[in-house]
Amino acid sequence: MNIIEFTLLVWAAALLAGFVGSLTGLGGGIIITPVLTLALGVDIRYAIGATLVSVIATSSGAAAAYVREGFSNIRIGMFLEIATTLGAVAGALLAARISTSAISIIFGLVLLYSAYASGRQRPQRVSTCRPDPLATRLKMNSIYPTPDGPMGYCPQAVPAGFSLMFGAGILSGLLGIGSGAVKVIAMDQVMGLPFKVSTTTSNFMIGVTAAASAGVYLTRGYIDPGLAAPVMLGVVAGSLVGARVLTQVRTKWLRLVFGLVIAVMAVEMIYHGLTGRL
Amino acid sequence: MAIQTREWTDQYVEDLIGILLRVGVTLAAAVVLFGGTVYLIRHGFESPQFHVFKREPSDLRTPSGIVKGALAFRARGLIQLGLLLLIATPLARVAFAVVAFALEGDRLYVVVALIVLAVLVCSLAGGRL
Repeated sequence: MNIIEFTLLVWAAALLAGFVGSLTGLGGGIIITPVLTLALGVDIRYAIGATLVSVIATSSGAAAAYVREGFSNIRIGMFLEIATTLGAVAGALLAARISTSAISIIFGLVLLYSAYASGRQRPQRVSTCRPDPLATRLKMNSIYPTPDGPMGYCPQAVPAGFSLMFGAGILSGLLGIGSGAVKVIAMDQVMGLPFKVSTTTSNFMIGVTAAASAGVYLTRGYIDPGLAAPVMLGVVAGSLVGARVLTQVRTKWLRLVFGLVIAVMAVEMIYHGLTGRL
Repeated sequence: MAIQTREWTDQYVEDLIGILLRVGVTLAAAVVLFGGTVYLIRHGFESPQFHVFKREPSDLRTPSGIVKGALAFRARGLIQLGLLLLIATPLARVAFAVVAFALEGDRLYVVVALIVLAVLVCSLAGGRL
């Protein structure tokens, strides 16, 4: 196999990963790394480096669309980015120190959980607005558009959310993923934000978080241009197509099937990590 | 001046950020595509070696080395420049937020955004905080 064939193969795989990632809401990044390592035999550190840049691209592209709708909360996002970027740098530095087997096992576990979390139905909670003193001082209380007109919301438990975001940042830097699932938990479950606000604000933050770890990966020499180029271009194209399809077809079965495929990949990652074959 | 400051509402800022992100990603993707094409034309028939991990050479690791490589029209340097532009996009977004918060007169969030910006810059300097 020469570089042209390999590049086209990686590009096609990234296209598919971007497509599935956008349909399942998992993001293309978390799917392409297992494909690169398991199917194409790429070293996991190169795979993670290439994935990180594609995460920045898809997140920034999607965030550009979301901010217009008025769901994302720029202040909450910016404040929590202190935690996620610090975590991301810590995670990226940690990735240079621990074995690839350990990274593979952690990756598998996080992938498994993300697949489970994205498939779950979420009840729409009606948040009662009791302003939290810290959140109020940080000017986080805001309104968001609903079918019944603008609704107010008041974030709670800012320190707990902040700590969880640090964890999300570490995972992001260690595994090269957006950690959207953990970010949403921190905002949706812990801070009590409306679901739509959590998901869009999380998406908004993913690009900044990934950029913090990508800087470390780049300067450490973990980002190979020959691999990162087809991965990034493929994932971006795939997510754009996925976002189109998402609005047109009923995706329930599609999501279930892809969810199972992803679960199998996660188990493979764990197995390969345990047997030391990566 | 009163009219000008009133225009810096959150919605206006968010619109501008949306444009900034879109331009950054499109520009980065175009540079990567161009560099990738040059790379395939020059090296397409060699064999890939991504299963062995060796750290990239220093001219593909530091921002200054990358810019130098891209100006010398080296294929891998060009791709890396595109990736650097991509990494710089969220950085520009945060820098823009610093200015926007300042114009809104929100000192607290100027500081918050400056902290985030500092972390991003440190990361590009190799993670030495």
